[in-house]
Amino acid sequence: MNGAGAHTILVGVGNEFRNDDALGILVAREIRRRKFPGITVVERSGEGAALMDTWAGAELVIVVDAIYSGKAPGEIHRLDAAHEEIPRGFFHYSSHAFGVAEAVTMARELRLLPPRIILYGIEGKEFGEGVGLSDQVVKNIPHLIAMIEEDLHAFHTA
Amino acid sequence: MLMNNRVIRVDQLARVEGEGSLIVKMSDGKVGDVKLKIFEPPRFFEAFLRGRKFTEAPDITARICGICPVAYQMSSVLAMEDAMGLTVDDQIRQLRRLLYCGEWIESHVLHMYMLHAPDFLGYEDALLLAKDKPELVARALKMKKIGNDLMTAVGGREIHPVNVRVGGFYRSPRKDELAPFADRLRWGLDQAIDTAKLVSTFEFPEFETEYEFVSLRHPEEYPLMGGRIVTSSGLDISIREYEFHFEERHVPHSNALHGLERGHGRYAVGPLARFNLNFDRLSPLARQVAADVHIGPVVKNPFKSIIVRAVETVYAYEEALRIILAYEPPASPSHAVTVTAGIGCGASEAPRGMLYHRYRVTDDGLIRDAKIVPPTAQNQPTIEEDVRLFVTKFAGLPREELTWKCEQAVRNYDPCISCATHFVRLEIR
Repeated sequence: MNGAGAHTILVGVGNEFRNDDALGILVAREIRRRKFPGITVVERSGEGAALMDTWAGAELVIVVDAIYSGKAPGEIHRLDAAHEEIPRGFFHYSSHAFGVAEAVTMARELRLLPPRIILYGIEGKEFGEGVGLSDQVVKNIPHLIAMIEEDLHAFHTA
Repeated sequence: MLMNNRVIRVDQLARVEGEGSLIVKMSDGKVGDVKLKIFEPPRFFEAFLRGRKFTEAPDITARICGICPVAYQMSSVLAMEDAMGLTVDDQIRQLRRLLYCGEWIESHVLHMYMLHAPDFLGYEDALLLAKDKPELVARALKMKKIGNDLMTAVGGREIHPVNVRVGGFYRSPRKDELAPFADRLRWGLDQAIDTAKLVSTFEFPEFETEYEFVSLRHPEEYPLMGGRIVTSSGLDISIREYEFHFEERHVPHSNALHGLERGHGRYAVGPLARFNLNFDRLSPLARQVAADVHIGPVVKNPFKSIIVRAVETVYAYEEALRIILAYEPPASPSHAVTVTAGIGCGASEAPRGMLYHRYRVTDDGLIRDAKIVPPTAQNQPTIEEDVRLFVTKFAGLPREELTWKCEQAVRNYDPCISCATHFVRLEIR
């Protein structure tokens, strides 16, 4: 499924067989289950060029991905990527060297960045092969979903 | 640091799928150890598959890698069909080839433009390339998207296609779903030819060495799936004989197993191997493009793999176009599968090289054991040897340049470490 042309897209990024890297995928499935109106939910591996395709034409994009920047596991980072630079290396752990951060930066360079794009990076702990999230990550999922719903609500009532 | 006793080290091997490191040790002006280190536990998927239903193998193994899911799906369905004595009809086989062309286009274009070209053009990464040459990057993205869209049309989804099953597909695309691709593929074909011309003008280090190349070989086609396994030293075996001639050995510095050919040692899989062993199976157009850019029929400079990828991209667009123009949906999207206990082997050509799967299935259709030999694990000893030879030959280069070139030498193989394991770091000490 390609989200091109959709008004609002939520992209869950990750690999469900790499422990905490599954976070983005699982959050996407939860948002889909909640049937938030007017939003297209997609799951992606994090390969940057495919991400740029995915969000082409959207007005609001929310990307959720597990990251590894050395902070405490479970910590939620929120970046308004239309206005803020992404620290290099921030979303690098996705195993894809042309990943989320590069896709955003390149889209900005090529003037293909959606007008509103919010990146959620959740600090992960385990990225080896395996199924299941770390406890610290699981604990913060409800908080993360509340933040995403707040963004969606703010955008749709603006 | 002493010139004669140094360790070249690059902490992060950027633009490589996965995570790891490469260390090159030099003492008294001689190259000592070269170790491509891979960290993560590699055998998770083989263990994870045990006890699963045979029908789950394509979907589970597709998730090993976000870049080459089709390769995993194809090798696994071929192995399962081998175990159960099933051969799919030609229409299903052509659809599989079409899906595979999508993956080759997607993966080769990504690697050439976003990962490898910046090396040759002197940019640290594709972002700096995009700043300078936005039209080049925009073209690459458009070329790549055709591959992604083909994967969506045939595979049902561009990343981790869900439409592939043992015996065929869950649903075959309608003719009118594929027809619109024809014009885009013609455009892509022109761009791929241009790309071959462009990358052939890059500056390549004088570096050639002897390789034992290994790839699939099909009686008529350039290899994507099935056929026989051939080597440049003359081995010609069925896929079922693979493990008699090739083995995997654990080495302490890497979590991925090293692939070795028995009685021969290291070997190389990937675009160079396919091209050198199957030049006569390329289309006349692809062969012409190769001639125009002055490569072939044998290429032994691994840095020129970028040109070979471009020629293979030409082939993939052309082959996809051929399949779509001739497409008639199969009477049924899949064959009925009768569960039979047995062992099955399958191999296909992932963009970065041959991918071998073997499964043992019980009579209740459960996977008893699984073996997966990814291309990067097979290439690992060859990558280390390339770096060792390269550093030996170019030891006089300034440190920064040598480090860059070593990183590039690893990238020649487009190593997908998340197949072999996860990610690579390069360290020249």
